[in-house]
Amino acid sequence: MKIGVFVCHCGSNIEATVDTASVAGTARAFPDVAYATDVMYSCSEPGQDGIIQAVREKGLDGVVVASCSPRMHETTFRRAVERAGLNRYMLEMANIREHVSWIGKDREANTNKAAELVRLAVEKLRRNRALFPKSFDITRRVLVIGGGVAGIQAALDCADGGLDVVLVEKTSSIGGKMAKLDKTFPTVDCSSCILGPKMVDVAQHERIALHAYAEVEEIGGYVGNFEVKIRKKATFVDWSLCTGCGLCMEKCPSRKSHDAFNEGVGLTTAINIPFPQAIPKKALIDARFCRQFLKGKCGVCAKVCPSGAIRYEMEDEVITEKVGAIVTATGFDLFDHTKYGEYGGGRYPDVITSLQYERLLSASGPTGGHVKRPSDGREPRTVVFVQCVGSRDTSVDRPYCSGFCCMYTAKQAILTKDHIPESQSYVFYMDIRAPGKLYDEFTRRAMEEYGARYVRGRVAMIYPKGDRLLVRGADTLMGEQVEIEADLVVLAVGAEAAAGSPALAEKLRISYDKYGFFMESHPKLRPVETNTAGVYLAGACQGPKDIPSSVGQGSAAASKVLGLFSRQKLESDPQISQVNQRRCVGCGKCALTCPFGAVKMIDVRGEPKAEVIETVCQGCGICAVTCPQGAVQLEHFTDNQILAEVNALCQS
Amino acid sequence: MPILAGKELRIVGFLCNWCSYGGADTAGVGRFSQPTDLRIIRVPCSGRIDPLFIVKTLLYGADGVLVSGCHPRDCHYGQGNFYARRRLEALKRFLPIIGVEPGRFEYTWVSASEGQRWQQVVQGFTEQVHALGPSPASAVFGACREIPDEKGGPRVAV
Ligand SMILES: Cc1cc2nc3c(=O)[nH]c(=O)nc-3n(C[C@H](O)[C@H](O)[C@H](O)COP(=O)(O)OP(=O)(O)OC[C@H]3O[C@@H](n4cnc5c(N)ncnc54)[C@H](O)[C@@H]3O)c2cc1C
Ligand code: SF4
Ligand code: SF4
Repeated sequence: MKIGVFVCHCGSNIEATVDTASVAGTARAFPDVAYATDVMYSCSEPGQDGIIQAVREKGLDGVVVASCSPRMHETTFRRAVERAGLNRYMLEMANIREHVSWIGKDREANTNKAAELVRLAVEKLRRNRALFPKSFDITRRVLVIGGGVAGIQAALDCADGGLDVVLVEKTSSIGGKMAKLDKTFPTVDCSSCILGPKMVDVAQHERIALHAYAEVEEIGGYVGNFEVKIRKKATFVDWSLCTGCGLCMEKCPSRKSHDAFNEGVGLTTAINIPFPQAIPKKALIDARFCRQFLKGKCGVCAKVCPSGAIRYEMEDEVITEKVGAIVTATGFDLFDHTKYGEYGGGRYPDVITSLQYERLLSASGPTGGHVKRPSDGREPRTVVFVQCVGSRDTSVDRPYCSGFCCMYTAKQAILTKDHIPESQSYVFYMDIRAPGKLYDEFTRRAMEEYGARYVRGRVAMIYPKGDRLLVRGADTLMGEQVEIEADLVVLAVGAEAAAGSPALAEKLRISYDKYGFFMESHPKLRPVETNTAGVYLAGACQGPKDIPSSVGQGSAAASKVLGLFSRQKLESDPQISQVNQRRCVGCGKCALTCPFGAVKMIDVRGEPKAEVIETVCQGCGICAVTCPQGAVQLEHFTDNQILAEVNALCQS
Repeated sequence: MPILAGKELRIVGFLCNWCSYGGADTAGVGRFSQPTDLRIIRVPCSGRIDPLFIVKTLLYGADGVLVSGCHPRDCHYGQGNFYARRRLEALKRFLPIIGVEPGRFEYTWVSASEGQRWQQVVQGFTEQVHALGPSPASAVFGACREIPDEKGGPRVAV
């Protein structure tokens, strides 16, 4: 075998702390290495051409590239090797950037370690063989999880692109946070006027099947062929009959139910349609408040419903859907401000969250768009906004910036002035983050045109004084204490990962960060992909994001799905397990351990033998360790290859 | 050549591709500096790691072996790290019986986002192995070494 070794400088990223020429020099002495050189940028066009040329001129059969992580460029170099006429699997990489040059400055030790990693790769490559992918059929349908604006956009774009979409939303209506907003920055256009039509499109699109009040229970399979179990939670109303007339809400005697859509400002009925523009516009019984469930008698809604849709005995239903790709767009939740004891810890009714304030501003909200204090219904004159509540604060383990709070606070200050011209707003802030198009101009308008007074500093304490609230904080620009008597305090609570995100990530087999936000495949270059093929991200589930970015990601994820499905068939990764049937004793242990059911037992001349189903095997190698005979081997990660790597490292 | 005499010890890491190898990449991207002793062997899943690989690595003369996979419940393949945990826990108890000091082998879980945690793991484990010093195993078992080159050759040569 003739191996070529290419040691990359990566500009100065590697060369600064690794002597790449010396690594190439050392590599020339490794077994089967016929050619070794250092390259400035091996991934660049001249770099790849250099590899191709060397393969042709020197008649190489395999290539080792020592550069960045294979997680970054393995595909790039596989394609280059293929263009050179070799099988794409005759490539190995040595990660001498992320695992060497970037983590230490000792040039001698780094150079030595880099050479060793090259040796590892060479030993592995010597035992590689050409592999050929199999193609398999795909289910050209997509599952979108979460019906916020990001999920809506992804669903509509996929459906318009000709795909069948299954949209699963946890609550009884799509719309997400945006449906609760009054107006949106930086244009102050009405949120439901721009979102409403999109929601209607979802309801009417013939290619979109919407499952509201449902959650994903289980996900099996792999890219191209996922099988998803969806739990449709009991609504106690037969939605095929419910016309959304709302008569039940008029008559329901249980009028003190928690109003989740209105964020707990105001109350609703036990049977309710969350808001007038809800999609689907269907009623649902909240069993925690319904008298029929609590006391065993009432039945008013069943009596008044003109279509006889009420079903008190309804149970959850689990359905199975087959899809080929998944977009997760589960959004975010709000920081629980009661953790801040100094802001009253939730004890003062007139200290509310920003999202509650949106509901007070909204014409479809519980106060009909009149800003009234929750405690006594009075219209506030002085409103204090406190920014960064649960953002950029390590003491509550939220060191990150939630991104949109500066902007929505400016919006809310503007809207306050619109609603109550004689009011005065104060905004306590740490820094103003307004980097979007027309964003900085917008915050300036809040100050200059609408007279909001911005105080730079954190609020130390909020406490009641008579029927008002005393807000005490520091003005760090003036270097003085400030005290403001407020009628209403609005906390700009930060964004958190949506409840249950880690559990969902585990079902999807994708990674999440320590706060529960989902991890993209690459922070810059693959922002809507995950490391699990066929699973994509959109919106605030990946990290706090405003509406324009969420919509952008929804479209981006859709384009990825459409791209994936533009092929008639998908190719499976051939780095999978193979059974050597001469060694197999038919014990069936591999079939029992395989998490994908990829091993089937067959009969070979009267004896049971194991066989791997090529397009089902995902290449984890669990079976290879299980087999007592060493009969199952995972291609390119065979026992011999791994032990050869070990040997390369341990020889003196 | 393999290690810098007097400075480094032989530490071999087996890392799953999806979480821990990614975590080590994240540590690199974040420039979280680490000791240079560790050499990483990439495997698809911690469930691919045969305890015998570790035994052999130690007997071939490695001074320490570190295994890292996805956090339990977060395996890219669903269940690989559950198999790994069972196998590696058994191995951990078995190693002292064949005379390997307990601190020479550790397994842990590091996700792809946990660059800083990876740095701490590498620092901690390297210090631990340095505290034990060079392994006596290579002197004792060095002769047993045998790498089957053909598939189907003798598999375990411990
Ligand atoms: C007070 C406030 C004001 C704001 N004002 C503005 C503004 O003026 N302009 C602007 O650009 N941005 C604004 N934002 C930001 C805006 O809300 C977000 O950008 C946007 O909501 C993100 O959309 P999304 O679809 O990613 O997430 P979300 O809106 O959170 O939607 C996620 C959806 O997924 C559902 N879901 C969650 N988990 C699951 C699950 N496991 N299964 C199924 N479904 C699930 C949820 O029920 C929800 O419907 C504001 C935010 C707040 C808090
Ligand atoms: S490598 Fe083995 S255990 Fe893993 S998916 Fe393939 S057949 Fe199943
Ligand atoms: S575990 Fe090994 S011997 Fe047993 S059936 Fe599977 S391949 Fe055959």
